[in-house]
Amino acid sequence: MTTDTVAIGKRPIRHDGVDKVTGRAQYGNDVKLAGTLYAHILRSAHAHARIMSIDTSAAGELPGVQAVVTSADMPDLSKNTEVINDGEGEGGGLAYMSQNMLARGKVLYHGHAIAAVAATSASIAEEACKLIKVDYEILPPLLSTCDAMKDDAPIIHAAMRTEEAGKLGDKPSNVAKHMQLKRGDMDAGFAEADVVVEREFFTKMVHQGYIEPQATTVLWKQDGTLSIWASTQSPWGVRREVSELLQVPQGKIKVTPTEIGGGFGGKLDVYLEPVAAILSKKAGYKPVKMAMSRADVLMATGPTSGSWIKVKMGVKKNGEITAAQAWMEYEAGAFPGSPVGAGMGVIFGPYRLPNVQIDGYDVIVNKPKTMAYRAPGGTNAAYASESVVDELAEKIGMDPLRLRQLNGAKEGDRRVDGPTFQRVGYLETVQAAINSPHYEDGLAAAPATNIKVGRGVASGFWFNWGGKSSCNAAVNPDGSITLSEGSADIGGTRTSISMQLAEVLGIGVENIKPAVVDTDSVGYNDATGGSRTTFGSGLAAFEVGTKIKQIMIERAAKFWEIDAKDVTLVRGVFKNHSKQMTFAELAAKLDETGGQVVASAATDGKGGAPAFGTHVVDVAVDTETGKVQILRYTAVQDVGHAIYPPYVEGQIQGGVSQGVGWALHEEYFYNDKGLLLNASLLDYRMPTALDLPMIETILVEVASPNHPYGVRGVGEVPIVPPAAAVANAIHNAIGVRVTNLPMSPGEVLRALGKI
Amino acid sequence: MKTQVSTTINNEPVEFLCQPNESLLEVLRNTLSLTGAKEGCNNGNCGACSVILNGVLVNSCCVLAVETEGASVTTIEGIAPKSGGLHPIQQAFLENAALQCGICTPGFIMASKALLDKNPHPTEHEVRYWLAGNLCRCTGYDKIVKAVLAVAG
Amino acid sequence: MYIAFMQAFDYVNATTIEQAVAVMYREGDMAKPLAGGTDIIVQLREGRKNAKVVVNVKNIPRLAGLDWAPGGALTIGAATPMHLIYGNAPIAAAFPGLMDAFSLVGGTAIQGRASLGGNLCTASPAGDTIPALIAHNAVCVIAGTSGWREVEVEKFCVSPGRNALQRGELLVEIRIPANATGAQKFGAAYLRFIPRNEMDIAVASAGVSVVLEGGKIVKARVALGAVGPTPIVAIEAEKALIGAAVDDAKAVAAAMAAASTAATPISDMRGTLAQRKHLAGIMTKRALESAISRAN
Repeated sequence: MTTDTVAIGKRPIRHDGVDKVTGRAQYGNDVKLAGTLYAHILRSAHAHARIMSIDTSAAGELPGVQAVVTSADMPDLSKNTEVINDGEGEGGGLAYMSQNMLARGKVLYHGHAIAAVAATSASIAEEACKLIKVDYEILPPLLSTCDAMKDDAPIIHAAMRTEEAGKLGDKPSNVAKHMQLKRGDMDAGFAEADVVVEREFFTKMVHQGYIEPQATTVLWKQDGTLSIWASTQSPWGVRREVSELLQVPQGKIKVTPTEIGGGFGGKLDVYLEPVAAILSKKAGYKPVKMAMSRADVLMATGPTSGSWIKVKMGVKKNGEITAAQAWMEYEAGAFPGSPVGAGMGVIFGPYRLPNVQIDGYDVIVNKPKTMAYRAPGGTNAAYASESVVDELAEKIGMDPLRLRQLNGAKEGDRRVDGPTFQRVGYLETVQAAINSPHYEDGLAAAPATNIKVGRGVASGFWFNWGGKSSCNAAVNPDGSITLSEGSADIGGTRTSISMQLAEVLGIGVENIKPAVVDTDSVGYNDATGGSRTTFGSGLAAFEVGTKIKQIMIERAAKFWEIDAKDVTLVRGVFKNHSKQMTFAELAAKLDETGGQVVASAATDGKGGAPAFGTHVVDVAVDTETGKVQILRYTAVQDVGHAIYPPYVEGQIQGGVSQGVGWALHEEYFYNDKGLLLNASLLDYRMPTALDLPMIETILVEVASPNHPYGVRGVGEVPIVPPAAAVANAIHNAIGVRVTNLPMSPGEVLRALGKI
Repeated sequence: MKTQVSTTINNEPVEFLCQPNESLLEVLRNTLSLTGAKEGCNNGNCGACSVILNGVLVNSCCVLAVETEGASVTTIEGIAPKSGGLHPIQQAFLENAALQCGICTPGFIMASKALLDKNPHPTEHEVRYWLAGNLCRCTGYDKIVKAVLAVAG
Repeated sequence: MYIAFMQAFDYVNATTIEQAVAVMYREGDMAKPLAGGTDIIVQLREGRKNAKVVVNVKNIPRLAGLDWAPGGALTIGAATPMHLIYGNAPIAAAFPGLMDAFSLVGGTAIQGRASLGGNLCTASPAGDTIPALIAHNAVCVIAGTSGWREVEVEKFCVSPGRNALQRGELLVEIRIPANATGAQKFGAAYLRFIPRNEMDIAVASAGVSVVLEGGKIVKARVALGAVGPTPIVAIEAEKALIGAAVDDAKAVAAAMAAASTAATPISDMRGTLAQRKHLAGIMTKRALESAISRAN
């Protein structure tokens, strides 16, 4: 967009690059403090059971064991009604979060933590866990929203009543919440339509699949303060959650974020830290390290919801969508808090709709508590709605992108969930998709008679969050700037944030030295999540840069003994008529002009900057085996302004990859007892390098009005369209709509009537 | 009972004590503090712990440390030239933005090195086939494959 | 219970067959041979198998390497890792079905360690090399405390995870007989169906070999994987092919149907019964087409 820039829009090597390609970067499991104890968690072997008794005595007597804890060692918060909101999706109640750390009374899913042991070695801690005797009364598990919502279904939380329009229902229920969004006249809208399509979609629980399992080290010190090293998206979230769960003031807790090996929403909330903390205290104030195995991660962190979604839409022959309705049941897992609310905002997000109604249900089942996963609730929602939109286009004989052009949301249109769009770039993404080489090219020829090829398109919306950030900056004598910030860097944000500071000052980003610091070393920062970091922490960097600029101009004026208003800073050079001085030259003279220059900023990026993507995909379907191969993929996205383009492209490519995995292979596979059978990366099938083609990205830049450089969040939008785009391509290839995710080979064979 | 193992790691002679049931990954990370090899799955399905053992790419989680008696092990810590700078694959990963969170990166770089040592000019398909045992969840592989192809020239 | 650490065991680095066999006789089922370790190390870690002693057998000279006999028979040491076989041009030319299977076992890092003998001894119903070895009429050579014996590969697997080895026995090598020559043309192929393109367990697979003479199939082997408790020889499918012209579509259809019928799969997370029976036919057809084209 901007060509005349110094820092933003460039492709420098990221600041943390060398550490990450040499193996030197320290991730959660790489922290090693002297005298560390190692902890292990005993997890439930059942999906739903009452804990009749826990006997930890034998474990406690094993040589090397230093502490054993159960929920009895944690504050009892079961009467607490406070809600903790992580800023993504729905918040979870504190009482429930406490029960998710260590089960209290009942276990609610396979893998639910029951007890934990700290010992002098990890293998002793594991051995000790085997010595803990748990007496269960096994209860029937509920494994789908359909089963959990039956009138005679067993109740998982005895006290739960359905919250509906701010009121609680009068009888126990497994539905935590029913929400409704509505406007216009549904009957009139559908009556106007020439074509009405109604379809049901089932989707399975899936996991973020970050490659680094959760890991933490916690030291509870004798003075009552806690130091926590954690692989987390949200250091201040960890501080707050540990504070609330253990009833320790936040001021006594310091969280140091390690490098983080992926999160995608799954590392916003705590699982291990409070447990490691109470072990540390009970073991005599020693550091306790806790790391999950891959099976722990899949069984007992926070995947995203499986769902049942019904969508009904009507369209006139001229392409005008007249009404849209959706029923959405999302699995919350064992505790309330599915992303159904976000899904309701996404499901018809790209469209201008006069008549619309959406009903959403947050449903308790005996599976792990769901957690945010990249555009939480969006992929399955768009899978349903964008499949139906595709069918509408087919039935009225219109190009599916043309139909989207006719109905696409733009500035001034009101979203179904309330707010009115400011300037957005949805229609620009559709146009760019139409103009793309991919859409202009024909399909590749099928290589054999059993192979059918097809093309699909789909669009997606995500809200994008702004959020609170703060940072500190200090000018060094050589003209470099130390930037202390608090956003966990999961993919180049040290650099994308630094670039915005550098741009304000007109200096190259190599002059900025960013550090992600602990919670005691900078002000509050919201999580790295909600596509907010380059936007929200970029705002703070812009702000701190503006302050530094002002102070430095004053220093230049002082040095030249002139008025500050007569000094300019252009591309890193201070100027006053014939006098000029580079930023570095002035930085070397700070002691002569009043001492060191530091600044800090705290910002709240209210409003965020919503964004859209439109994807085009070609697939080959083997009609004999049901296997779907991605042949070509183009993802168009309105990114506002690509601050750090290679990593903007990377976000889009990664989102597409996860979306394709969700579309074709990934699912939680439970048996009828509610035991998770595929808790490994062999059978939880994420795409490999051989499963994907190169992923073309087209960056559309419609500047956001809410950011000085026009930034929009980019991380989440790209996972919204892929499942629908692939489904539409499969339909285009074989003439059949596959309405269950994943669209695995068996599912495609069933849709084809071959098995 | 612990066994003494004499081996060569990153061209330096190394001796360590280990139990027979300790994996090479555990010894590298816990005993030798070479934490560049990562544990992503501990059963050979993610490739984050990839190292080169006697010239062959292996998952160090699926090797017993005692098996490395007399062997030569190369890890991510040992591939940059002593004289300075980075290994060309490390440099290419940086220049091509072939990493996001970076947890899989050491494994990918070791796997790519093993590939290019054996086949200096692979096709895109050969790169994808060879790297299929290394999972990356951030990048969609696009930029990783391009980085390896860039080194291959 | 999911476990991150391996149970404690002793380690023996065997250098002779006699040494390995003695330990394995002494400890019985609690002694586990270690070649590539890509199965056994994971099984020990996850508690799916138990061991008091692990016997490294890959430093026994006879268990590592390839040996061609005059006339074209091949002997592969049981501990030979896949990466030494994969890409070997003479093996690819002589035993193409085996090469198909060798190249499919795991990703690159697994291939750096996984051995042919290990894949056989794990006796997974889905083991990739087993149907291919059957199609090539391969024979297991076994050493034990009371002497040596040979077992055809098709009789080596007895149930999921269990093989024909008795107490104190060690799989030493696998012999693959020479192919038909002269007027007879040999072709073979192994194909598996997996959802991803790599790093997956077969949902169904087929190893097929044919001997052609004068445009007719004179011999055929059809072995199926992942569709029963052990790899299955589809005898009726073989019968349907023998005597048929290479382009006889009816015979191919009959072989597909016979393969589907021979399949006795279970439904599990990797595939349903119906899907696997269907795929058994499809994989048979495709492997057959490939075997025939390789024979021509």
